[in-house]
Amino acid sequence: MRAYTSYEPLTEYVLRCADNTLVLGHRISEWCGHGPILEQDIALTNMALDLLGQSRMYLKYAAELLGHEETEDSVAFLRDAMQFRNSLLVEQPNGDFAHTIVRSLIFDSFHYFFSEQLIRSKDQQLADIAAKSLKEITYHRKFSSEWSIRLGDGTEESNRRMQTAIDDLWRYKGELLTPDEIDNEMKEKGIGVDLNLIAPSVDNYLSQVLSRANLQLPQDEFMQKGGKQGLHSEHLGYILAELQFMQRAYPGLNW
Amino acid sequence: MNEKNDWPLWEVFIRSRSGLNHKHVGSLHAADADMAIENARDVYTRRNEGISIWVVESKYVIASNPGDEESLFDPADNKIYRHPTFYELPDEVKHM
Amino acid sequence: MSESSMLEKFEDKIKREVKIEPREWMPDAYRKTLVRQISQHAHSEIVGMLPEANWITRAPSMRRKVALLAKVQDEAGHGLYLYSAAETLGTSRKEMVDDLLSGKAKYSSIFNYPTITWADIGAIGWLVDGAAIMNQVPLCRTSYGPYARAMVRICKEESFHQRQGYEIMLTLAQGSEEQKAMAQDALDRWWWPSLMMFGPSDKDSKHSAQSMAWKIKRKSNDELRQNFVDATVPQARLIGLTIPDPDLKWNEERGSYDFGEIDWEEFWNVVKGNGPCNKQRLDARNKAHEEGRWVREAALAFAEKQAKRKSEKEQVA
Repeated sequence: MRAYTSYEPLTEYVLRCADNTLVLGHRISEWCGHGPILEQDIALTNMALDLLGQSRMYLKYAAELLGHEETEDSVAFLRDAMQFRNSLLVEQPNGDFAHTIVRSLIFDSFHYFFSEQLIRSKDQQLADIAAKSLKEITYHRKFSSEWSIRLGDGTEESNRRMQTAIDDLWRYKGELLTPDEIDNEMKEKGIGVDLNLIAPSVDNYLSQVLSRANLQLPQDEFMQKGGKQGLHSEHLGYILAELQFMQRAYPGLNW
Repeated sequence: MNEKNDWPLWEVFIRSRSGLNHKHVGSLHAADADMAIENARDVYTRRNEGISIWVVESKYVIASNPGDEESLFDPADNKIYRHPTFYELPDEVKHM
Repeated sequence: MSESSMLEKFEDKIKREVKIEPREWMPDAYRKTLVRQISQHAHSEIVGMLPEANWITRAPSMRRKVALLAKVQDEAGHGLYLYSAAETLGTSRKEMVDDLLSGKAKYSSIFNYPTITWADIGAIGWLVDGAAIMNQVPLCRTSYGPYARAMVRICKEESFHQRQGYEIMLTLAQGSEEQKAMAQDALDRWWWPSLMMFGPSDKDSKHSAQSMAWKIKRKSNDELRQNFVDATVPQARLIGLTIPDPDLKWNEERGSYDFGEIDWEEFWNVVKGNGPCNKQRLDARNKAHEEGRWVREAALAFAEKQAKRKSEKEQVA
């Protein structure tokens, strides 16, 4: 499936972490100035800042692994879509607030159990980054869970919007929890997380939140995949057009 | 623009480090208490300003009437015997 | 107590620099002036997020991106502190926000100018935040307690904003020819609007005299504008940028810079709603508000349900 640029397995793995947090941070940062109420504008921006902060740690590590003259900025701003390794979920548009919350709920549930395991990685840098991130991720999961419950159990309209968002985004959950050859290799080396191990915890957590929110848990039918191997939806190209605009328009300068 | 209500207003109190009292820092809007705590965290502790937060819905704060200021607080002015400097000690007693 | 003796007491407090606190007696006009000024200030912070947020997703490096995001978030926080101060005067956030959305309330006209290039983010931080700080530092001593306290908090947090902007300009000014041109162009476009931020000249400012007497305002518009020019001109020179004012020259006698006449016609035009982005800014605020309505309603509905469940539980127990 990886027909495009391929990196060393560890680099692939670090880029997945870097790009998940970068792209989700980018998406959430789009809310800044446009939130549903001032207090939530501030809260959303905190999430974006946390995610971008986490991404920077992973990006720097990826730059180190890539060698040459790579930096966090060259890794973030000078790769094309097919070289990005984020999951499809995080590149989905913000949509209404319900879509944003559900996208975060699914990602945060995964990210929490993932990072909790990654702390035990034999790769010290990954373990350190995960340890530094876990407190933030714990808070994110609390935030997206509470909002899911609040909106699911709020008004008829909010319940309907939440159910639509879940039905729209559920298809992107599978990729997060389904190991591919890179995941397997990293797991066997004691570096990566055993996705089969965390999948039941993630599913169980999500089903508890949805049940408290009066929302229907969708069937795990067809799941979209490809993002973490570099095969993305149409959305990523537009994200990169913005994210990378300056570095592409004015190559090689300091800002 | 016919929205029924604002989210209720909450007063926020922050303990900046252990050993200090909670201090009033301002207010914010939140739909419920959990959200008020989280909003207070996001709004008033962005720069490590706190380790503990209290929130109270503003309508439950009972304040003294500013018009009663004199009758409430001036009487304390003439009770100097409540203050340590009222008592004279020999110079030899340095700290008491 | 009679109205006249209350007024006397109020004026005495003002004279002795004792802060006026919520719920204390105050003249109606004092309350109105404060609500107007504080809510305008709050609106400016909120609308002011928009031109800068415009560049968050396009910031040229990760470091610049997180700094800008944190800065725009601070502005949201500052808007919130100010709304919160105004609410102590008995005006609800909803009333203030409705006035902003309907176009009735004013906000600082500077935010009706567009951010076209990345250098505009530098120029806003350096000039607009610089001008704002000039305005805000004296307000830390304003006579109304909650306003003064909000301003102290804001000034503390703002200190990184201007440095952030100046650092962007400095980097551009030391960069390629394109970058230098970008920086100069931004200075050219933002200089005069920044001077306009201090408001009309003292002789034309209808609210100034009373506000000074009540110690709501502590320095006059012209005085603040002069301070800003004197502080900023050397900063521009230091990084090799030229202030776009042919009349600018050092006045030895005054120990200050003389500068050219502001285009007051442009000023009043933008105030009246004819700036380049007045419509976009209000549209953006209205859109966010409308699209957030169901979220706010749902959160309230949920809170009510929870409260009801809790009281039913307590009754059973």
